[in-house]
Amino acid sequence: MEEVKQQFTDQAYQEEEKQYSYLNLGPTHPATHGIFQNVLKMDGEIIVDAEPTIGYIHRAFEKLAERRPFNQITPITDRMNYCSAPINNLGWHMTVEKLIGADIPKRVQYMRVIIMELARITDHLICNAVIGVDTGALTGFVYMFQQRELVYEIYEEICGARLTSNIGRIGGFERDFSPKAWEKIHRFLKEFPKVLKEFENLLERNRIFMDRTIGVGGITGERALEYSFSGPNLRAAGVDYDVRVARPYSSYEDFNFIIPVGTNGDVYDRFMVRQGEMWESLSIIEQAIKNMPDGPFHAKVPDFYLPPKEEVYNNMEALIYHFKIVMGETDVPKGEVYHCVEGGNGELGFYLISDGGRTPFRLHMRRPCFIYYQAYPEMIKGSMLSDAILTMSSMNVIAGELDA
Amino acid sequence: MEGTALEKNIAVLNEKFEGEILHSAMLYDFPTITLKKDKIIEIIKYLKDHTDTKYHYLTTLCGIHYPELNQIAIMYQLHNMMSGERVRLKIYLPAENPQVPTLTSVHASANWMERETFDFFGVIFTGHPNLKRILNVEDMIVFPLRKEIPLEDQVRVDKNDTMFGR
Amino acid sequence: MVERPDGLEGTGFFATSLEKVVGMARKNSIWPLPFATSCCGIEFMATMGAHYDLARFGSERLSFSPRQADLLMVMGTIAKKMGPVLRQVYEQMAEPRWVLSVGACASSGGIFDTYSVLQGIDRIIPVDVYVPGCPPRPEQIIDGVMKIQYLVENESLRRRDSAEYKAMLNQYGIE
Repeated sequence: MEEVKQQFTDQAYQEEEKQYSYLNLGPTHPATHGIFQNVLKMDGEIIVDAEPTIGYIHRAFEKLAERRPFNQITPITDRMNYCSAPINNLGWHMTVEKLIGADIPKRVQYMRVIIMELARITDHLICNAVIGVDTGALTGFVYMFQQRELVYEIYEEICGARLTSNIGRIGGFERDFSPKAWEKIHRFLKEFPKVLKEFENLLERNRIFMDRTIGVGGITGERALEYSFSGPNLRAAGVDYDVRVARPYSSYEDFNFIIPVGTNGDVYDRFMVRQGEMWESLSIIEQAIKNMPDGPFHAKVPDFYLPPKEEVYNNMEALIYHFKIVMGETDVPKGEVYHCVEGGNGELGFYLISDGGRTPFRLHMRRPCFIYYQAYPEMIKGSMLSDAILTMSSMNVIAGELDA
Repeated sequence: MEGTALEKNIAVLNEKFEGEILHSAMLYDFPTITLKKDKIIEIIKYLKDHTDTKYHYLTTLCGIHYPELNQIAIMYQLHNMMSGERVRLKIYLPAENPQVPTLTSVHASANWMERETFDFFGVIFTGHPNLKRILNVEDMIVFPLRKEIPLEDQVRVDKNDTMFGR
Repeated sequence: MVERPDGLEGTGFFATSLEKVVGMARKNSIWPLPFATSCCGIEFMATMGAHYDLARFGSERLSFSPRQADLLMVMGTIAKKMGPVLRQVYEQMAEPRWVLSVGACASSGGIFDTYSVLQGIDRIIPVDVYVPGCPPRPEQIIDGVMKIQYLVENESLRRRDSAEYKAMLNQYGIE
């Protein structure tokens, strides 16, 4: 009896015999948005260690891309970060254009900017709405999803699809924005700021929300850089790296916008950075509409851009190009090119090696999620289980992008 | 301007690692340097610390399989955010038993990228803290991104290949 | 409002078969388990949202626990790594259970005819309704749910005990 008593009071003994419990979170846990597994080593409610397992929707994008002609790779990129599919599409188009050296008209670039900023808004919208849900505010989610529908309607008007948009073509767009599309964009620009402001008011200075998020899941700027963070997560940690500014593509140098930056890199900062970026995106869209240049809506790249149907029926050359593009028999120059765009989650890069054939020799996608998710165990160490969930949703880990 | 970026990198490398460069070129906007494989980790660390280059950020890392050369290349892309300069380093390894030291001691983010490369190409990163498959199931025996491995799922019987190649 | 089933009616009483009443009740209170893995999951979120509102069909109560769920909605690519997990979830569900396969990937592997993707979830679990599309529009998902509702309503109460049903499950190796 005495011995047992001794054991309970002996600090060193307790430390040695401490019982950790192991908790399996995922892969189908409702609180993990997407399918990731984390085996958590828990000391009571406190997480001591985490072992993430990923790959639950590994779809072999990179291998698949090696078998597909260049214009048929666009649908694969859709399914990478499906919350902001158009950025992936256009990023890929720009990569191929860089490879073939196409000269893209200014109007196309501005149109792309509008599409990409709309996509960024939808991406951040979903992430921030989900942060709201995880802190217990389902209201925001319902309201924000209604706004997403407005953006979907714009996409539908431009390309016919909602989520996996397959928007644009190599060289430009398949058609100009219709008057209806412009009308819908204007409607969105008119309605969205009100709702966004409302959403911001709901959470930004909400005591419960702040208590739940400030100081949770933080990471320092140095660590974030070591882990190759990019996008809003890196900016929340205080590093003002944005591909749109660091390496302007698609005429981003023409636009005036600020990069929202956080300080602590915690959930609240990530939320606020995304919120700020949505406002900036709105202003970029407005600038793009205001300064929209006239001109053609596609570049002259007959090897990749489908000729109009009338020409196909009446013009021999157009028919040949049509056939070659549809059958995917267009050869591209040899080369090795890397192009990166600022995706919803950070630097989205396409590293393309072409051996001069009809398909890429190797296509490597730099998927920001995959790279920064490895810091997750470090970020949740020592925090509560419920905070770990919040950290995950605020990092905006998209399973499709994570698992390629 | 772009030519000088490449020359600068080569000059910095030649200060300490004379004779390590096999080939260098400016590929589009990206200086690309092919190196001998032996000292790659020291070189990346050196480039990270050198005042002229300061490549403190590992953008990405991937493998490339060249079946006709029977080699696997590893590509490292480094980035200096202050100056906006980037460089791509490449090394070539034999396709049978490719081995290279791990970069995790220099860049923490290399951890999963190397695991992915191991998963896809079977490159052994010696000294890696946790080198096991990351995306595929652990009992997989092949390295799927090598060119000789078929893409398609072999269990399907409903696709007829006689008319159209898959 | 739900239409009442056919039956005999008089002052103060209404008689019909139990099967029809149970079918009607089950049909309008399906608890779905969203097994959302990828893109289709986002469309499912849109379906659950205010715009399309799955609650109109009595399915707004998501059951994340398989034990209490009636309908397994598989949305998105199921990789081979995920296959055993899906199967376990299905096995944990109590009878009667239905499966809705949303999207091309879940139904057939879709464009991902690759080494890592399961070529259709019907290789491991039985599926009641397939919804095509990559991803399907919310209207299509709702249509799929309505098809499930039809099946639920018209299912015989004895079907799950029949030898035929057991033989079907045995095909998949499920006891």
